[in-house]
Amino acid sequence: MSGQTPSQTVGPFFGFALLREGHEVLVSDATAGERIVIEGRVFDGDGAPLNDALIEIWQANAAGRYDHPDDRQEKPLDAAFHGFGRCPTDDSGRFHFRTIRPGPVPGPGNTLQAPHINVTVLARGMLKQLVTRIYFEGEPSNADDPILGLVGEPERRKTLIAKRGNGKNGTYTFDIRLQGPGETVFFDV
Amino acid sequence: MSDPIPYRREEKGAQPPSLYPPYVSTLKRAPRQPLILMPQTLSEVTGPVYGHDKVVPDDSDLTRQHKGEPQGERIVVSGRVLDESGRPVPRTLVEIWQTNAAGRYIHHGDQHSAPLDPNFSGAGRTLTDADGRYKFVTVKPGAYPWRNHPNAWRPAHIHFSLFGPSFLTRLVTQMYFQGDPLIPLDPVYNGIPDKKAAARMVSRFDLEATVPEWALGYCFDIVLRGREATPMEH
Repeated sequence: MSGQTPSQTVGPFFGFALLREGHEVLVSDATAGERIVIEGRVFDGDGAPLNDALIEIWQANAAGRYDHPDDRQEKPLDAAFHGFGRCPTDDSGRFHFRTIRPGPVPGPGNTLQAPHINVTVLARGMLKQLVTRIYFEGEPSNADDPILGLVGEPERRKTLIAKRGNGKNGTYTFDIRLQGPGETVFFDV
Repeated sequence: MSDPIPYRREEKGAQPPSLYPPYVSTLKRAPRQPLILMPQTLSEVTGPVYGHDKVVPDDSDLTRQHKGEPQGERIVVSGRVLDESGRPVPRTLVEIWQTNAAGRYIHHGDQHSAPLDPNFSGAGRTLTDADGRYKFVTVKPGAYPWRNHPNAWRPAHIHFSLFGPSFLTRLVTQMYFQGDPLIPLDPVYNGIPDKKAAARMVSRFDLEATVPEWALGYCFDIVLRGREATPMEH
């Protein structure tokens, strides 16, 4: 047995190494599924935006299949969709992704999970990453989602649900509050 | 579909808390609510297979990315990426970034007065081979001041970012250098509760990996979260 290597902060100066243009766009013309835009901001405990965070997302394709060898479901893969995205926050703490709405994937036991996107948050001042999830406002299956169901207080559950954008078709807003009022739910995985 | 074989949980003491007051920036960035423990689902045991098409051999030699050679002490950093059972993690992306020999990042936000080096960017990437091995050629990074507390200096370090086989194996860490007197003073390093676990981040000078007349060798193995053993495993 070997012990885990500890996590350390990504620090403020990762941009020249970890970022490549276009990583916030997960779709091409050939990708199957409903186009969506996820946009949001990241805030600290004072409500100040983080201009040096890195948001990574991982999601299933429109059919609800992950592009990964451990996903052995009999659902189609999409050669034009791999499901990973990465976006740094800008000076106003803003990030955005252009992707597709994922299909549902299996949950524990014989449950089905509501469509969701897995999120990793990295930043200066964070010795290890935080993990959260994006669900979608108006999705009926949210009510039976086994992971959302773990969050007791309805007010806290709301922090995991991206809101439909005002007047903009297919746009969802998902803000991340690291601390304080409206603090986002983070998971121990 | 049966539930996936889970990954081992975070090793207590080896991973830092979100809140570590000596590292002042954690005060406003650490959640105050407890994390919600959740089962690992297909969403967590899968993860991005990322960037393979974009890695070229020169990406792992940081001394050959410009016209001339960078200033500083040339080093070879090599090691293996393993899981907790000691099995190699093959074909996984390893990304690194660091200061130049003077302790300055090329990043526009770095205001340290040390000079930039026109022959050094400080970013590299590579894939591990079938045995989980990786190797970078670079120069030894410098220490630099930061504003965490009076006269605060970060020990020389190289940032590492790895994906491993799943969403759960994602690891961002820093590699330090054996014998650096700044290590025990560093709140980032000291954020790891278990001192023996923290020492895993300190690379070892390795005469075997040292290339005669050319570069010192440092060895740094990285251990990612592994899967729980299954009774049926052969």
